[in-house]
Amino acid sequence: MYPENYRYTKEHEWVHVENGVGTIGITDHAQHELGDIVYVELPKIGTHVEQAKNFAVVESVKAASEIFAPVSGEVIAANDALTATPELLNSDAHGAGWIAKIKLSVPEEIDRLLSPTDYQAYLGEG
Amino acid sequence: MPLLKTPLNAVHRALGAKMVDFGGWDMPVEYQGVLDEHSAVRERAGLFDVSHMGELEVRGPQALDLVQHLTVNDASKLKPGQAQYSALLYGHGGFVDDILVHKVADEHYFLCVNASNQDKDYQHLAAHNRFDASVENAGPRYAQLAVQGPLATGVVQKLTDIHLTPIKRYHFVDGHFSGAPARIARTGYTGEDGWEIYIAPQFAERLWKEILAADAGILPCGLGARNTLRLESAMPLYGHEIHASITPWEAGLDWIVKLDKGDFLGREALVKQKQRGLTRKLAGFEVQGRGIARDGYEILKNGVGSGWVTSAGVIRGGPAPALNKNIGMGFLPVPLSEAGHAIEISVRGRGVEAVTVPMPFYKRAR
Repeated sequence: MYPENYRYTKEHEWVHVENGVGTIGITDHAQHELGDIVYVELPKIGTHVEQAKNFAVVESVKAASEIFAPVSGEVIAANDALTATPELLNSDAHGAGWIAKIKLSVPEEIDRLLSPTDYQAYLGEG
Repeated sequence: MPLLKTPLNAVHRALGAKMVDFGGWDMPVEYQGVLDEHSAVRERAGLFDVSHMGELEVRGPQALDLVQHLTVNDASKLKPGQAQYSALLYGHGGFVDDILVHKVADEHYFLCVNASNQDKDYQHLAAHNRFDASVENAGPRYAQLAVQGPLATGVVQKLTDIHLTPIKRYHFVDGHFSGAPARIARTGYTGEDGWEIYIAPQFAERLWKEILAADAGILPCGLGARNTLRLESAMPLYGHEIHASITPWEAGLDWIVKLDKGDFLGREALVKQKQRGLTRKLAGFEVQGRGIARDGYEILKNGVGSGWVTSAGVIRGGPAPALNKNIGMGFLPVPLSEAGHAIEISVRGRGVEAVTVPMPFYKRAR
């Protein structure tokens, strides 16, 4: 369920780092809690985001939720498919429902994030 | 204060419902998803636990006089077995609550009121009761199940000997529902044909399961779908379209106010407001730009704050996979409240284009 090579936040985002670029999304737990997702406000390409700061908004039928960047850096891609089909976030949160790609400016930030085991333990405590 | 629970609380949890605090009640907001549950009610049938709703019993030789004094609709027109949508007002013309008045018998009226208002409504009736009538706060004696949708009558008929077809909308019958004494009313809050079934709490779990088992097309539905269904049908929700600072004229509920029935609490204020003229009125809108309107967001006209969103929701625009649409209601200056005006909804500081549209947003084919 929670890919081994991803890292997670307590705010329920994930990041998958390859070659200094982090692909970012929300976790399966998050999409399940949100319910039917109907709108995603994507970050603009070229903007600089800070770790733990708001960088996107995901709206479900129930509410709007701010999404926090798990790492700092420059947005180099956003998943435009979510504009027409936001429900990808429900059906494939860890894959086709990715939100943005960020070129990491502080790679060591990744060490402060949760491993899949720690994230699932955190979910278990809640 | 701990959350109040309906007799079906454990059943909802066993079904995997997401639970929320709704006005002090621990209630299911959704089971498998709001959009699917909404569609099930429009296309097939849905089952709702609405046991949180309040019930007041008014009895006695002057029961009608008390009801007439405190409600805006004309309860003297009701025959036994008939119900009407009505409202309780304060003297200044604002809403105490919106309610359903059922005439059980000449000296017995049964009021269904909003969950979070039941104690307030009871106090309101008791405080104004200078009549030969008794008022009972009967909520704890009732559970209530709503079966709504085109298949609802067939589903309910499987579990009762009462012949349902001749019962018209806003009428009810007292009888038995799968062996339990029940009040079976052809009413609802979804814009579909359907039934609201009042039973004693000890029967709720058995009947809930029997209704779900009666037809493969019926889905358990939570308050999320109940909200989008009533929104699409432009039915007001207390605390949103109606509250103590809103009058029936402003809420577009002129049709339930019977000024010619005689005096009632709030009548004078309503007459005065009608003479003065309204400044604001409830309007429907559809969002056209990218963004989702939410309750409480500001409505702008050419960038200037002009009103506020009272309810908004995302609904499927038709059978799946139709595009979703974002509709809502809100208060606007009277000239802007007519259909066809371009407005903007302020979404996180950004003006998202919307247009005022006629209400209701949905009307079932008859």
